Amino acid sequence: MSIKKTVVCSLLIGSVAFLSPGFANEWSGYVAAEYREFTQPALDQQQFNGGNVSVSAEPEFYHSWNDGDDAFIFSSFFRWDEHDPQRSHVDLRELMWVHAERDWELRLGVGKVFWGVTESQHLVDIVNQSDTVENIDGEDKLGQAMINFSLIKDWGTMEFFVLPGFRERTFPGKDGRIRSIPELDDHTGYESSAEDKHIDYAMRWAQTFDDWDVGVSHFYGTSREPRIIPSLTAQGLVLTPYYDIINQTSLDVQATLDEWLWKFELIHRSGQGETMNALTGGFEYTFVGINESVVDLGVIAEYLYDDRGEGLDVLFEDDIFIGARLAMNDAASSEVLFGVISDIEENTRFYSLEASRRIGASWLLSLEARFITGVSSNEPLTSLRRDDVIQLELARHF
Amino acid sequence: MKKLVSLLVLLLPLMATAQTPEERGMEIAVEGDKRDAGFGDMSSDMVMTLKNANGDVSIRKMRSKNLEVEGDGDKGLTIFDQPADIKGTAFLSFTHILDADDQWLYLPALKRVKRISSKNKSGPFMGSEFAFEDLSSREVAKYSYLYLRDEAINGEDAFVVESKPNYKYSGYTRTVAWISKETYQPLKLEYYDRKKSLLKTMTATGYQQYLGKYWRPDSLNMVNHQTKKETRLEFSNYEFQKGLADRDFNKSSLKRAR
Repeated sequence: MSIKKTVVCSLLIGSVAFLSPGFANEWSGYVAAEYREFTQPALDQQQFNGGNVSVSAEPEFYHSWNDGDDAFIFSSFFRWDEHDPQRSHVDLRELMWVHAERDWELRLGVGKVFWGVTESQHLVDIVNQSDTVENIDGEDKLGQAMINFSLIKDWGTMEFFVLPGFRERTFPGKDGRIRSIPELDDHTGYESSAEDKHIDYAMRWAQTFDDWDVGVSHFYGTSREPRIIPSLTAQGLVLTPYYDIINQTSLDVQATLDEWLWKFELIHRSGQGETMNALTGGFEYTFVGINESVVDLGVIAEYLYDDRGEGLDVLFEDDIFIGARLAMNDAASSEVLFGVISDIEENTRFYSLEASRRIGASWLLSLEARFITGVSSNEPLTSLRRDDVIQLELARHF
Repeated sequence: MKKLVSLLVLLLPLMATAQTPEERGMEIAVEGDKRDAGFGDMSSDMVMTLKNANGDVSIRKMRSKNLEVEGDGDKGLTIFDQPADIKGTAFLSFTHILDADDQWLYLPALKRVKRISSKNKSGPFMGSEFAFEDLSSREVAKYSYLYLRDEAINGEDAFVVESKPNYKYSGYTRTVAWISKETYQPLKLEYYDRKKSLLKTMTATGYQQYLGKYWRPDSLNMVNHQTKKETRLEFSNYEFQKGLADRDFNKSSLKRAR
């Protein structure tokens, strides 16, 4: 959706909202300023060096009626970036009508869905495309058009999805950092002749058995994760994203046993080259109230496995994630999450730090840092070996 | 000898009816539970004012819904409205009498429902002086009781009853409650920490009766004697028996909660 269309859409929805004072309608969201500092000179001369300023906003409108059984949600995302035109982007995150009955729900429009339980990566989460120019952690997602019908029964929640239309993964442009070397060519390839108009389908069953939360899902359609196809042209080596039609079956399980959270995700995918399997599994153990204080410390350990082995498309094929989460439980909700993913065979280490605290009633200050060390030249992470970054963001929530 | 026998005969009926302080404490708890039973479901709006030792204030606003569950702890759903950065976050809990509670958190930015550890009973609720366990439903079997004395508080006659938690992971060794003889609701509660020293005092004010039966306070004030921090929790818009059911307290309704 173009910027113009989104603006017109928001204005329309806004005026409708303000003209109907009898309803419980509300705007919320945030405006944020971000500064990123890349501590090393870029690998590619086209990429910028040093600091980068960026501004983002995510306004959201929510209106419900029928005692909350019907709701309308609109949410859009805007970013302007100093150096990378690909990172300057607009996205319609949500534009959705939700209707709930006693034992079923219907969602119609553009929305976001999250599946899964693990912390270090999100294998099972497949409905929405990742907005990787936002963050490479896979937690920022593009809105997905969907018809979603859910049955909520004693035997579990059964969900059906029809997903018309596909969103390409976002990648940084040639000026941007945290991208492949060389940059991805924009001649995206598709297996389906319908290209990004292919209609995808998904279903999921989820149930809670006492201390166990279990989900089984199946997806058929355009892979959210592209294969990266290298080819030699007159301009030299070119990398092109290619989206296959895949079948992916997945399982996610969490056991919550007092201070232990045991987490497991498994995917089985066919249609994208050879049939592949990948898993993430591990635990989070929480020390509640360390040293008679109110501070909680969580220790996280997860194993990441992918049977495709090392390749252009596989970041973590035999790796261990070790992390710690510190929750101060103070009035400012101060939190720190630190983690490192280590390759078992190689010396590659991928460090990340996320910290945040509230300032006053409506400001949120966040710090993020990502560092990569010990990358050998045959790994996909090698493109990112000079992209160590420290990022500071100040957001005003309303 | 004859004198002694007649004295014993005189005392016998007294001894038969005399309750131990444990029995008297339990009786008061059971009576309080009986008087509050049958409310079905309840909802209210809450404003929490956190104040630190320097007098800095921060505000939280939320709405909560509760469903009475017979023979177990209640189900609860809390939706956060303020501070703005956590707006839309929702918390679902199935409390249990002695077993660990089941708790899920909905994070609206990720659309993620996260099952969270229930060992945090003693942890602070939203950075306040209220612990999770202070706000969960008071079920008789959660504690063992000891009646201490009768004592008026602010001109209101009250029983003073000590409770010791029977559940795991409590932050307290015991609490002492001043329970109104009229309403059987707590007017004041003292919390003793794991080192057995006085940690916090809560006072409840502005009790009003709803549906001619159920007493609820307008405000709870919690003072932490060790940190000098204070949290005031004010309730409004109490509503009862609005027909809430299990369907309003599951992971699907958690995702829809606003």
